[in-house]
Amino acid sequence: MSIEVIGARTPEGIVLRPEYERPVETKPDAKDVTRKLSTWEHIIGNEMVRKAAVVALVLIAWQLYTDLADVQPLVFPSVVDTLKALFASMMDGELFLRVWGSLKVLLAGYAIGMGLAALLTVFAVSSRFGSDVLSTLTAMFNPLPAIALLPLSMLWFGLGSPSLIFVMVHSVLWAVALNTHSGFRSVSETQRMVGRNYGLKGVRLVAKVLIPAAFASILTGMKIGWAFAWRTLIAAELVFGANQGGGGLGWYIFENSQNLNTDRVFAGLLTVMLIGVLVESGFRAIEKRTVQRWGMQR
Amino acid sequence: MLDSFNPSYNPACSPILRVENVTIRYQTDDHHVTATDRVSFDVFESDRFVLLGPSGCGKSTLLKSIGGYIPPTAGDVRLKGKKVTEPGPDRVLVFQEFDQLLPWKTVRQNVIFALINGGRCKTEKEADSIALHYLDKVKLSKFKDNYPHTLSGGMKQRVAIARGLAMKPSILLMDEPFAALDALTRLQMQDELLELWEETKFTLLFVTHSIEEAIVVGSRILVLSPHPGQVRAELNSHKMTRGEAGASEFSALHDRIYEMLFVEKPTARAGA
Repeated sequence: MSIEVIGARTPEGIVLRPEYERPVETKPDAKDVTRKLSTWEHIIGNEMVRKAAVVALVLIAWQLYTDLADVQPLVFPSVVDTLKALFASMMDGELFLRVWGSLKVLLAGYAIGMGLAALLTVFAVSSRFGSDVLSTLTAMFNPLPAIALLPLSMLWFGLGSPSLIFVMVHSVLWAVALNTHSGFRSVSETQRMVGRNYGLKGVRLVAKVLIPAAFASILTGMKIGWAFAWRTLIAAELVFGANQGGGGLGWYIFENSQNLNTDRVFAGLLTVMLIGVLVESGFRAIEKRTVQRWGMQR
Repeated sequence: MLDSFNPSYNPACSPILRVENVTIRYQTDDHHVTATDRVSFDVFESDRFVLLGPSGCGKSTLLKSIGGYIPPTAGDVRLKGKKVTEPGPDRVLVFQEFDQLLPWKTVRQNVIFALINGGRCKTEKEADSIALHYLDKVKLSKFKDNYPHTLSGGMKQRVAIARGLAMKPSILLMDEPFAALDALTRLQMQDELLELWEETKFTLLFVTHSIEEAIVVGSRILVLSPHPGQVRAELNSHKMTRGEAGASEFSALHDRIYEMLFVEKPTARAGA
């Protein structure tokens, strides 16, 4: 063996260097390891604040447009006029009555749709035939806009809420069933096996493992179903208007446009949006407390 | 220590797990595949029994069959004399996949979930104290209220082991539990598993494709050949540790298994 000299090259061409070991350093040398966020960073970091800023910008642009472009208030009312009309409609109670009229129909349709979707999905996970039934029916009915069923629905159920509820059910059912079913199917084999390992099967396995594991998909289905239903409802009320007992928010918009109360039409549209945003943020809150907390969604 | 094993000594107890002539076939889209072919072995109490073989030897399939998930096409799996027909909490499985922890439950809740549903505990309170005890054993007390997605891979596997041990199963089945971990964590996990075994001497059936892991973890090794899985040998490794003491025996056994699996080519069955 040849003597190895530090700094020299081995025959393989590696430069030899001395070895060393060090004790673990316990004191970090940086003083600024953690620093509190400043107030400004807190404000900027808040999603709600940023979104509110976007809304404020839109409102300012709208107000500036109506002020500077000199448009007819009858055609395009200003922010101030719209808010005044909104306030007036709220004060005389009409708006709340209309909103409640719409929400009543929506909730009934949503609840029935969810129930049917649950039945259909349980049927689909428990047998291959059920799975075929679900996938074929969703393939057929999902592309069919719910509003297209309204004329038929009115023929069957008359001019009242039942025909609207039928259309609501149609818009909720397929979206929820489709997403829940695909959610169930994508639950990992490992998690099913873990559930069965601890003696779970049948309905208990569905309730304790499949539903929470597929919760992200189920929630997506519920969101899509809600969005379909809400739009369909407003459109149905707008087009076919009449509903015994006064009609809903869509009817309020229709009525006021007939009377050329454009500011109230805007107020109605604003309310449609507001309710949409409220429900969306409700879903967001559920997501934050569940699937995001569990790390199943970013 | 198990140093002096006397072959003429017949313990009063029969084996905990008896696998007899188990053949498992399954169907893919265009093939019938035989995963294991007439495999037999016995696992006794406090064994650290390892199923070792290259991929395709059906070791995982065999373990799932013992778990009760896959019925054998032929042969019998008996646990304490009773034929295994379905999954149950007397045979807890620890998987390779990290998602074996339920993501919607905290570490502690994952263990409680097993204890309550598996029927070991009646009340949440009782389950809670058992869960904390076992989480302490795997050094995860600090993380008991964390959700699994905030843990590292090694920690997740430790929770799964704690969940399995807390059930006090007749046999703990581990399906390549450390295969998805990095090499350093894997070494650490092997040592920790052995420490846990020293404490309670639970019966373990461990599947791996690493010869080294088999020798370190196992007290007895069943070597399986691939396509289809057949028993090649059953070897003792209870004296082997990673330490310097038995280094030459360790590497001798390693080489012996290596030759069995890779050097001697099976003649007729090859290329199936």
